[in-house]
Amino acid sequence: MFVEIRLHGRGGQGIVTAAEMVIEAVTLQDYYGQSIPIFGAERRGAPVTSSARVSDRPIRRHSQIYNPDIVAIFDPLFVYRQEVMAGLKEGGSIIVNHKQRPDIQKFKLFVVDATRIAMENGLVVAGWAVVNTAMLGAISKILGIVSKESLEKVVRKRWGGDLGERNIRATLQAFEEVS
Amino acid sequence: MILTGNHAVSYGVKAARAEVVAAYPITPQTQIIEKLAELIAKGEMNARYIRVESEHSAMTACISAEACGARAFTATSSHGLAYMSEMVFWAGLGRFPVTMAVVTRTLAPPWSIWNEHTDILAQRDSGWIMMMCESAQEAYDTAIQAFRIAEDERVLQPVMYGLDSFSLSHTAENVDLLDQGVVDGYLPRLDPSKLPVYIDPDRPITFGNLLGPDRMMEFRHLIKEAFDRAERVIDEAAAEYSKIAGRPQTGLFENYRCSDAEVVAVATGASSGDVKDAVDGLRDKGVKAGMIRLKTIRPFPGEEIKEAIGGVKVVATIDRDYSFGFGGILGRELSAYLSGDVFRYIAGLGGRDLTIEDFEGIINGALQRAEEGKGDAEEVWWGLKEVE
Amino acid sequence: MKAKVAISKASEGASGMTGMWRIKRPVMDEGKCNKCLMCWLYCPEAAIVRGKDGRIWITYEYCKGCGICSEVCPTKVIKMVKEV
Repeated sequence: MFVEIRLHGRGGQGIVTAAEMVIEAVTLQDYYGQSIPIFGAERRGAPVTSSARVSDRPIRRHSQIYNPDIVAIFDPLFVYRQEVMAGLKEGGSIIVNHKQRPDIQKFKLFVVDATRIAMENGLVVAGWAVVNTAMLGAISKILGIVSKESLEKVVRKRWGGDLGERNIRATLQAFEEVS
Repeated sequence: MILTGNHAVSYGVKAARAEVVAAYPITPQTQIIEKLAELIAKGEMNARYIRVESEHSAMTACISAEACGARAFTATSSHGLAYMSEMVFWAGLGRFPVTMAVVTRTLAPPWSIWNEHTDILAQRDSGWIMMMCESAQEAYDTAIQAFRIAEDERVLQPVMYGLDSFSLSHTAENVDLLDQGVVDGYLPRLDPSKLPVYIDPDRPITFGNLLGPDRMMEFRHLIKEAFDRAERVIDEAAAEYSKIAGRPQTGLFENYRCSDAEVVAVATGASSGDVKDAVDGLRDKGVKAGMIRLKTIRPFPGEEIKEAIGGVKVVATIDRDYSFGFGGILGRELSAYLSGDVFRYIAGLGGRDLTIEDFEGIINGALQRAEEGKGDAEEVWWGLKEVE
Repeated sequence: MKAKVAISKASEGASGMTGMWRIKRPVMDEGKCNKCLMCWLYCPEAAIVRGKDGRIWITYEYCKGCGICSEVCPTKVIKMVKEV
């Protein structure tokens, strides 16, 4: 297995954290992972990408990802932007945070209303719904190798107490709801 | 554990029980010293963090700490390293076994925070042992080995090791950490009495005083001898470490599938894994390719590499650095040891990404140039575009 | 002439379409604006334009949605509205 994932979001939305949690989770399933962050200055609100590799063998390469197998879109406003589909492999998957089902024909489409899930669990900071844990759940479901127990462990390691529990709920809710 | 290359260094330095950390922040290195500051503040690491107003002062503080018998570490990058340069020479020529992580970054202008090895290579005559890491795991392992090499009585020279900006410094990967007891067995506490310069109030000395032309050469020669011995010490440090860690380690250089190779690529740093993947891909297509990964750049293992690949017909060197008026630094240096044609490539300057396809192209390109009977006179700037 | 070193020249949109960064957009009630130019002066992106006819408008291609114009407007005619 060798899967490359690219995450699209805004600076401050936690896409780097999400990518790291994805690979922490796959590591618990005895896979290897690599999370490649934004190369450069971070700017709150600006469209940014982050990416990750998942493999059943140690990952040696360090180049950036140009032809992902999976694209995850954290911000509903980015759905129809050209760059989010750029290089996506034929037959690749798109996981999008959206209220409705966007009209995307060329690729396998998976939708999750991560913003609603984040709000329902009180994950709001400075007016922003913090969707990274919900997206973690959705991406993990589509990867198909991560157990709910691993997700719980990974999220609890980052956030303790009530905040941790709410993040876990958001993660597992998205894991169930994504379709 | 999942760690970025930067944080892997921090945990390695913690495991090595560094006693003084003096550093000044600079992108893309800052995470290293932030994590160390955090570990020290939380009491998880028993060390003194000295905040300084510049990299020049950071190295001065490290030198002073070593002179008092304390194990010292710093980290910097690019302009910070350039600013520190005067004291880098003081540490090297004064034989203070400081260790330093250098996150390699392009020097300006134009302004850049992205990857290039010219910053670290510009310090190559400063009396420091120099290494380049391939992965976050190797960054952790090297952070520990560096102190052992630096403090070895046969060496007593500082060690700096490079991490490629972003592609290694900020990329998070699987890293196995060692138990503290295991590291303690590998790396005993620093014995101040072994240090070339140790400030003991009961036995007053001065250091750094004027030395006339009649004596200077001899002290330089002592350092040359230390570097001669360092090759063996580096290999020993790697071999011992591989026993405690249960993972193979690279000392001077890594020989990847070169034994029957007809073409060998030579590279260093975080792109080395991509080169290996390219080598495997080419082998699947019937091209007998191999790779030499330079882990240690000073002392330069030219003779050893010559022994390993002296018979190989085509050698392609890949430099992510440049010495104007001379060429790619590592390619030129290696050429001095090899008798055959060396095809020199300059690639990835200023952080331009290099992929497996690039490395396949370079290796195939070198083979083709050899077939066409082209010598090694011309270097190739890989992927160069027109300037508008 | 070909460039000898990398230099930049002042030009519209030199930093790209920074309007994409916005999660809230400033909306101006033009009828109530008294043309004091505080917003024009304070906008860090020069995304507020002063027309020859004295009109003031916001170029949404570059406005990052920072909200400074809304803060400094003495007549409170600029409201920050959530993007869809």
